[in-house]
Amino acid sequence: MMEHIILEGSSYAAQIDHLIDLIFVIVGVWFLAAEGLLFYFIIRYRRKKEPKAAYVTGESPKHTKWIHYAHYAVIVCDLFILYFAVMAWYHVKQELPQAERTIRIVGQQWAWKFTDPGLDNELDTADDVVTMDELHLQVNTVYHFKLEAKDVLHSFSVPVFRLKQDAIPGRVITGWFLPTKTGEFDIQCTQMCGLGHGIMGAKLVVETKEQHKAWLLEQSGRAPQPSAQNSTPNTIQNNIQNKPNGLITKK
Amino acid sequence: MDHNHDNHSDHGHHEMTFSEKYLFPVDHKRIAAQYLTTGMFMGLLGGFFAYIFRSQQAHPGSEVLGYGLVNANQYNALATSHGTLMIFWFAMPVLIAAFGNFLIPLMIGADDMVFPRINRLSYQIFLLSTIVLIASFFVPGGAFGGAWTAYPPLSSTAQYSMTPWGSTMWITAVGLEFVAFLLGGINFIVTLMNARAPGMKMYDIPIVLWTIVIASILFMASVGPLLAGAIMLIFDQTMHIGFYDPQKGGDPILWQHLFWFFGHPEVYVVLLPAMGIVAEIITVFSRKKLFGYRTVLFTMFGTGLLSFVVWAHHQFLAGVDPRMSNLFTVTTILISIPVTEMCFVYIATLYKGSIELTTAMLFALSFLAAFLMGGVTGIFLGASGADTYLHDTYFVIAHFHYTFVPIAILAGLAGLYFWYPKMYGRMMNETLGKIHFWGTFIPFNCIFIPLFYLGAAGDQRRVYNYGAFPHTAANLQYLRQFATASVIVMLLFQIPFLYNYFTSMFKGKIAGKNSSFGLW
Repeated sequence: MMEHIILEGSSYAAQIDHLIDLIFVIVGVWFLAAEGLLFYFIIRYRRKKEPKAAYVTGESPKHTKWIHYAHYAVIVCDLFILYFAVMAWYHVKQELPQAERTIRIVGQQWAWKFTDPGLDNELDTADDVVTMDELHLQVNTVYHFKLEAKDVLHSFSVPVFRLKQDAIPGRVITGWFLPTKTGEFDIQCTQMCGLGHGIMGAKLVVETKEQHKAWLLEQSGRAPQPSAQNSTPNTIQNNIQNKPNGLITKK
Repeated sequence: MDHNHDNHSDHGHHEMTFSEKYLFPVDHKRIAAQYLTTGMFMGLLGGFFAYIFRSQQAHPGSEVLGYGLVNANQYNALATSHGTLMIFWFAMPVLIAAFGNFLIPLMIGADDMVFPRINRLSYQIFLLSTIVLIASFFVPGGAFGGAWTAYPPLSSTAQYSMTPWGSTMWITAVGLEFVAFLLGGINFIVTLMNARAPGMKMYDIPIVLWTIVIASILFMASVGPLLAGAIMLIFDQTMHIGFYDPQKGGDPILWQHLFWFFGHPEVYVVLLPAMGIVAEIITVFSRKKLFGYRTVLFTMFGTGLLSFVVWAHHQFLAGVDPRMSNLFTVTTILISIPVTEMCFVYIATLYKGSIELTTAMLFALSFLAAFLMGGVTGIFLGASGADTYLHDTYFVIAHFHYTFVPIAILAGLAGLYFWYPKMYGRMMNETLGKIHFWGTFIPFNCIFIPLFYLGAAGDQRRVYNYGAFPHTAANLQYLRQFATASVIVMLLFQIPFLYNYFTSMFKGKIAGKNSSFGLW
């Protein structure tokens, strides 16, 4: 169901979607049953039809057993949900597969700074490619990210990957993803980070290995000082002005 | 008890002056009325804020009728204040303080609260907190806009939040509000435990009083860490001590733990009184005893205890050790057991009853119907694996509004319609009441059902303009607009309620001795 609402763009997206679908079915049944019972009682026992109520305290086992049955059923459903929830969590957040490439992501007020390891596939070397608000990835590659924040909390969110992780000043948080579909997608900031939070988006470009290599060559050819020149605007001021609909409108 | 004899605490005393009677009363009913009036005013203000920022979302950059252009700073301030107002200045004063003050002495046969002057002080501090919060909109930089959770370093550093005054006034107002409710809470607990009429045993106490007192206990047990956290936050803001600043050896996550250790029990602090109110109403209008009074009572205690060990489900993605999430997923999902129990007990109360659908009953039943939705959608967010995607999306917004709107608005209004004859000696108009009910309940669903879908499609919270995210839920702007239109409809339908509320005080049908539906 979820895959019809939003594209599955990473290796673990389907697992998370299955979990959401599973919960949807289980709680959906409970919800309909409970609402059905509620509406049935309201209609069945309305005063016009039943002017006199029965005396039921709900203290005797004859009556409480119905609540116990509901309990047992809930516990079984809970165990199901827990199993799949913990499995998905373990896969996405706890167990990191071997990285093929490692990128650095820094959140700051109000832009994302991405460092690609470049052609040598090593961070903190001369050929690193730094971009602002635009992340280029190659498809079908296991990425690790080192997530940092410069000033306040941010949260790195890629809906098509089903990935979200807060960035905390003073910490480096490592996570992973494996992009499976090429195309252009949104990166969001999902933790309130001040004035520009609502426009702190970035563009994600997932491309084939060849395209990515060409992009890296183009970037390093044009920019010996990578952070100084980018295809995208690289100062926060430009960044704000280029966003739609006037963040800086005054009342 | 004779409803015409309202000031039963002052008979035999001197004639009271205006200020003794209305401005600085010690009488529990007048204090209840003060809390109720302030709470309702703040609720309407919070609703107006929602209208403003929803309008900006529906039509970004265009002028909002009755407000003007909304810039990003104002948007954040309004959204932050909406959350803060609705929880601390609307739900708590109406559900706990107003109903608690009004009902506890009446229902246990006491003259007044055990500490009437502490009670008066409680409201005065609450009023002060209200003034501080509203004043923060008019200081340089404007009101605080760092979300109602106020995560540092944004909330602790003026340079980042750009609201040097607003942030400090916000946290001061919240701190004062906590003090007010601590004073009120201790009063509720002591009164219920020590001032009951002879012969009223523990198991004879009306369930609504239990819920208010359990809520007060939960509040007192959970708010300490946050008050300490709030003071540390004020120190960080004003003296740059650095409790939450990693550069000075502090840790921003510390605040999150202190906040949510309080924040999750707080949900039950407002939920329990709402459930108590609803229990009273559905038992009266279905002419039944509450199904399993003792079971409900112990379940409520159990839920309260459990609520102290689930807080980190708000922090699954906050950079805490991922292994910890598994533990908190288990405790969170376990909450489903007592909550299911409570819902089914309420439904079972209707079984073989004789149900009369008055306005109060409609609101009470709609609480159940809507809260079920809030309950089941919580499972998605409590399950860590699903939360990795749904966290901080509109799904979360829809989920907690499906819990908080039933709690604060539906149950609050149910209680108001139900006890109005006891409060003012006159009945409210039922036809207007039913118009109000359908005009509130239908738009409420129309606001939040689309938001579930938007959240699932990837819309994140607190966004000033979705134009910045062209690939996310791109063709769903019409849903955002539909939700906004529903907010406006819901707000407009509060007009018949206000009209009914104020005119019935003077023109309503006189409530007879058997009014408040045979309870008194």
